[in-house]
Amino acid sequence: MKLGLVVDLDTCVGCHGCATACKQWNTSGTIGPLSDKDPYGRDPNGAWLNRIRTYEVDDSPNSKTVNMPMSCMHCDDAACVTVCPTGASYKRSEDGIVLVDQDKCMGCNLCSWACPYGARELDPDAGTMKKCTLCVDRIYDESLPEDERKPACVLTCPTKSRVFGDFDDPNSEVSQLVRDRAGKQLMPELGYNPVNTYLPPRNKPVVEQYQPSLKATVKGWVNKVISR
Amino acid sequence: MHPAFSVLVFTVMSGAGYGLITLMVIGHLSGLSQLQDSSVLLSAGILSFVMISGGLLSSTLHLANPKNAWRAFSRFKTSWLSREAVFAILLYPFMLIYLGAIWMDMTGAVVSVAGILTAVFAMVTLFCTSMIYASLKTIRQWNSSLTPVNYIALGLMSGAVLLAAVQSVVGGDLAGVLQQLALALVVLGAVCKVIYFFWIGKPAGSTINTATGFTQASVRLLDQGHTSNSFLNDEFGYTVEANKLVRLRLLMLGVAFVVPFLLLLSASSALLVIAAASTIAGLLVERWLFFAEARHVVRLFHGDQRV
Repeated sequence: MKLGLVVDLDTCVGCHGCATACKQWNTSGTIGPLSDKDPYGRDPNGAWLNRIRTYEVDDSPNSKTVNMPMSCMHCDDAACVTVCPTGASYKRSEDGIVLVDQDKCMGCNLCSWACPYGARELDPDAGTMKKCTLCVDRIYDESLPEDERKPACVLTCPTKSRVFGDFDDPNSEVSQLVRDRAGKQLMPELGYNPVNTYLPPRNKPVVEQYQPSLKATVKGWVNKVISR
Repeated sequence: MHPAFSVLVFTVMSGAGYGLITLMVIGHLSGLSQLQDSSVLLSAGILSFVMISGGLLSSTLHLANPKNAWRAFSRFKTSWLSREAVFAILLYPFMLIYLGAIWMDMTGAVVSVAGILTAVFAMVTLFCTSMIYASLKTIRQWNSSLTPVNYIALGLMSGAVLLAAVQSVVGGDLAGVLQQLALALVVLGAVCKVIYFFWIGKPAGSTINTATGFTQASVRLLDQGHTSNSFLNDEFGYTVEANKLVRLRLLMLGVAFVVPFLLLLSASSALLVIAAASTIAGLLVERWLFFAEARHVVRLFHGDQRV
């Protein structure tokens, strides 16, 4: 199994719902708490596992606003795991989820340096590295109804822009979406082979322009001339 | 990259300590007459020991959760940081045997074997330290074979200046060989550093387009998603004005290379001590620049067009 997310950049509205739901679930989850420094003060700073950034792509009048939510890509070739000196960072062989053992992490930051996607953030209070767990404490929980065994960000997304599934299964929803919509990896040139895939915005349907006939054009011109 | 002061102190001090002990062992075992006096050897050896140990202790200060630091020995097979920790500790028994043997005026195989192993582990540890940085594909300015070359060249260089200073202070007259060695290594270090500066000045690598996947149009950041800074801004967003960087580069080249070079020509003990202090101070600026000029690819997501 190769579990991960597909994010649809066409429909994401940048509401930060995924980030908030993620923080709410994971702060009391296996790697919790996700602490904040000065949360209600002038300069709040804390560990979040999702970040949503907004870009303007292309130049006016063809420009488009794109919201890009980013969390751990659960890379196939995860450098954050190989650089970890303590063995706290590991990638599960059964489903490919990259996790941090909070009891082993010494907070050296090296994994966050090795990650090109900014997926790892140091907890300012615990001094250990926090990252997306793909809600590992939720997706396998058999006490939940089956359709709720998904990451919190996927369940909460109001536009259904996040899809969770197995990339190893060619018939899964995620694999089909990647095929049909030409899903893209971010920064593929670094060779980390991220699992999470981004669906580029669809091309807008071309609006047909009204083309007046020759007769109508001549008539319009004549009317214009006569009225003068 | 945010330059953590404890890491700057660690890499400069322990680098100089490793360079010092390595050159001292080579000089001692190859029979250089001015490096046979046990008081000179012990002074240089103890200075090296203090600098290495002080540096290693300083390195633990940047850990956010140091109670798990002992676990850093466990991933020798994959992690350069783990390898560095293992070799740094492996060095100690041999260094203590070597210095102890000198203290007890012993000669023979014990001194030679312990000395050679000390020198080898010193260089291997220094190489591992540099590979922590050189192995990161996310930071173009570090991901180069110039990084280990610089770390080793500058470690040997500062070690040579320290060795010349200790030998002339403790042993009286400065040995001509040590003076020439230090002068040569200062020139070599300066050349390596200047080559590095030229190399990182050439634009290359990932851009905001490959980072976001929009490779056929321009991309600009509209909003980073949070109003105050995050861990990512603090760690990777560290930005220094280009003018200030150029001034610091010139200052560093002067203090770390030109001043020691001129003072080394004088061969007076007092000036050599100043040369050694100047080298260390200059290398602290050099290490600060090594971090401040390194641009992590996460910056692309925060709006930088290239790194």
